[in-house]
Amino acid sequence: MRMWAQSRLCQKPQRFTSILAAVFSMLFLILTAAQRADALPAFARKYGLRCSACHETWPILNNFGLRFRDNGYQLMNDRDSPIWQNPGYWPVTFRITPIWHRLSSLQAVDTYGGIPPAITGSQIQRITSSGFDLSGLDFHTGGTLEKNISFYVLPSADPTATFHFETVMARFDNLLGSSWINIKMGRFELNNLLSEKRMVQLTGNGGIYQTYHFIPVGDGNIYGQMGNNQLGMEYLGHSENDRTRISAALLSSSSGNENLITGANSYSGFFTFDQGIDAGKLGVERIGGYAYVGEAATYYRTTGGVPIPGSGIGNKGFSRVGFTGQLYLGPHFDLNVVTQHGSDNAWFGQGYGNAINPGSANQGIPQCPPTCLANNVPGTTLPAGSQAPIWNGYTFEARYVYSSQLIFIGLYEAERMSQQANNGAGSANPSPSKLGNINNYTALVRYNPFMNPRAGMALQAEFNSFHQDLTGPSITPGVLTNTNTNELLLGIDFDF
Amino acid sequence: MNSRLLQSLYAVVIAGFFALPTRITAQITEYQEKQWLDSAAASSHVGNLTGDAHRAAETYRRYCVVCHGELGDGNGESAYWFDTPLYFKPRDFTLGVFKCRSTPTGTLPTDEDLANSIARGLDRSNMPPWNVLTAQERADLVAWIKHYSPRWQTEKPGEPIAIPAEPEVTAERIKAGQDVFNRVQCWKCHGVEGKANGPSASTLQDDLGRPILPYNFSEGGRFKCGSTDADLYKIFMTGLDGTPMPSFSDNIKPEEAWDLVFFLRTLQPFHTKAKEIANGLNLKPINPNAPPPSQ
Repeated sequence: MRMWAQSRLCQKPQRFTSILAAVFSMLFLILTAAQRADALPAFARKYGLRCSACHETWPILNNFGLRFRDNGYQLMNDRDSPIWQNPGYWPVTFRITPIWHRLSSLQAVDTYGGIPPAITGSQIQRITSSGFDLSGLDFHTGGTLEKNISFYVLPSADPTATFHFETVMARFDNLLGSSWINIKMGRFELNNLLSEKRMVQLTGNGGIYQTYHFIPVGDGNIYGQMGNNQLGMEYLGHSENDRTRISAALLSSSSGNENLITGANSYSGFFTFDQGIDAGKLGVERIGGYAYVGEAATYYRTTGGVPIPGSGIGNKGFSRVGFTGQLYLGPHFDLNVVTQHGSDNAWFGQGYGNAINPGSANQGIPQCPPTCLANNVPGTTLPAGSQAPIWNGYTFEARYVYSSQLIFIGLYEAERMSQQANNGAGSANPSPSKLGNINNYTALVRYNPFMNPRAGMALQAEFNSFHQDLTGPSITPGVLTNTNTNELLLGIDFDF
Repeated sequence: MNSRLLQSLYAVVIAGFFALPTRITAQITEYQEKQWLDSAAASSHVGNLTGDAHRAAETYRRYCVVCHGELGDGNGESAYWFDTPLYFKPRDFTLGVFKCRSTPTGTLPTDEDLANSIARGLDRSNMPPWNVLTAQERADLVAWIKHYSPRWQTEKPGEPIAIPAEPEVTAERIKAGQDVFNRVQCWKCHGVEGKANGPSASTLQDDLGRPILPYNFSEGGRFKCGSTDADLYKIFMTGLDGTPMPSFSDNIKPEEAWDLVFFLRTLQPFHTKAKEIANGLNLKPINPNAPPPSQ
């Protein structure tokens, strides 16, 4: 107590510094404007905990948050049932992020000449644009209905306020009194150790894990994207302290889209295992692996030549397997690693399977262009030289947690094709071996000006550089250029 | 606007933005930290681990400060909202008084006791189990907690009480346990059926004058200080300091304590051997108003 009293006196100069900081902060906001913020206050309010209890920085879970989630949003302190809450408590949080960003990319730009001016050709040019913008709006609701029975519903809107259900699930936990038996059903994020739904990156290409969404150029398989919330049922088992975790999910091969209009009548499975190892002062090191295997339709029966929604058959296989790791290399530094070895059936490699695609860009699903190969109709044969596309992906996310309020993150991802779909023996039109390879770099700093159990706010500055081989604009037939996009983003991320 | 000027503006703004947090997050002074780190109390020994308080500073701020407060006085920003008696207020570390101990009443707990409390959490409070932290992190937190109270500077922890080996549960022991339950008047708070509805239950307060509820055996929740028979033995032989639950070490012999453990287990809604035997005995709740048995 004595020392604290003295420290209060010593802190007086810091108040001045804080005022200065606040002034700078306001200046910063006025001049630019951008970034994003903290934890799910619906849970924080319920338990009176700060965001930092469950989050390394919101929304990235730490080990305590992971166990909280794995227990069905329960602290396991015998006060989890809603009967213990104030009757006025309603677990709702909204989150939105005003941003400013500056985006530059290579484009094929028309050139003009003559009088009157007319298009005379085109050239590759870097186009840069900037401005204020908004993220979508999320309404998080989640909690317990009764002890060991919980729910999560997340209606999410894009910036034009078009809503969809990002997450809807009910779960039963600790069945038979065992933490090894937990079941949930609905639409949910796969049990990825490195969660895409909880990543803090906000830029267009940095805001998803490329490894989770990678599809070879021309591939028609829109399924198997680990980053998308999926429809299905999941079993999860974990030790009491969450050091050991296993899961198995049975999923509709629909890439998370409702109404059975895609991938009907086929299922896939997602299996994970990870083990935490106490590393003393470093914390808990966690390593694991995953396998995502399944089938999806390549053929749709038609009416009048138009594919019938929900009629998908001709299932072909796909797989994604890899290792995951969350490695604490120092008291403030952790490195998260995901590898992936992916493979699609040759039919997908030739563009089949994407006849009906209701996916939207904000879900990370490419739209099927009008010219894509719609249907593996009876009698269709694969072109000579067709083979299964195979690739490897690597994600490295390094985090420097200066304090619970300040975090620096660097993300590097590499996607490498090891076998192109068109490069088999006898192929008439082989693809360049590096077609579609990706290098993706993101760096950010995220700062929470305050921490409390009621609301969250974070300021974020982020830069992303995305490069993909031979997928850029082309102005000369047969000459492929690279995609090269840079984005700078500043945002205020907040939730309440 | 000139693009070079615009770029310079970006650079200044971003540099200022990055510089802000380093000042704002400085929540304690170097002087204060040095004082703490030099303190002999700022260490702990849990098993073969040595805890260091200054390693726990960030951990405490991340997980604990919201309830226990920057000063460790239990007045964190959330403490106000924990309504007693349904929730306990957070522990005031400055008092150096702890419920869960292996040491006699009135003494300081061992470092192991504190580490166990952190790992186990306290049921029916907002203190969750922190067993996701590593053993080293918990040992560091113990060291941190200890620096808050001057008691750790002047007193040694008590000597853990001896717990004799658990005997075999028998019908006689259960009946004897019921007699102890009656004799030391556990029923006054816990009720004759262990339903926390004894005549004194509604009047109970902790040492700080806040209302408090006795444990309800019929709910079957975990005991505050552990779930094993030995933990239960310890609870009434050491007492829960700071609460109305006293130590009965002067009133109950060790073998009687085990008898009481076996009887208390029959009040819980679990299928245990003690419960099975009690069902066979057709054990009736005690009647505190009944005349004492003739000698």
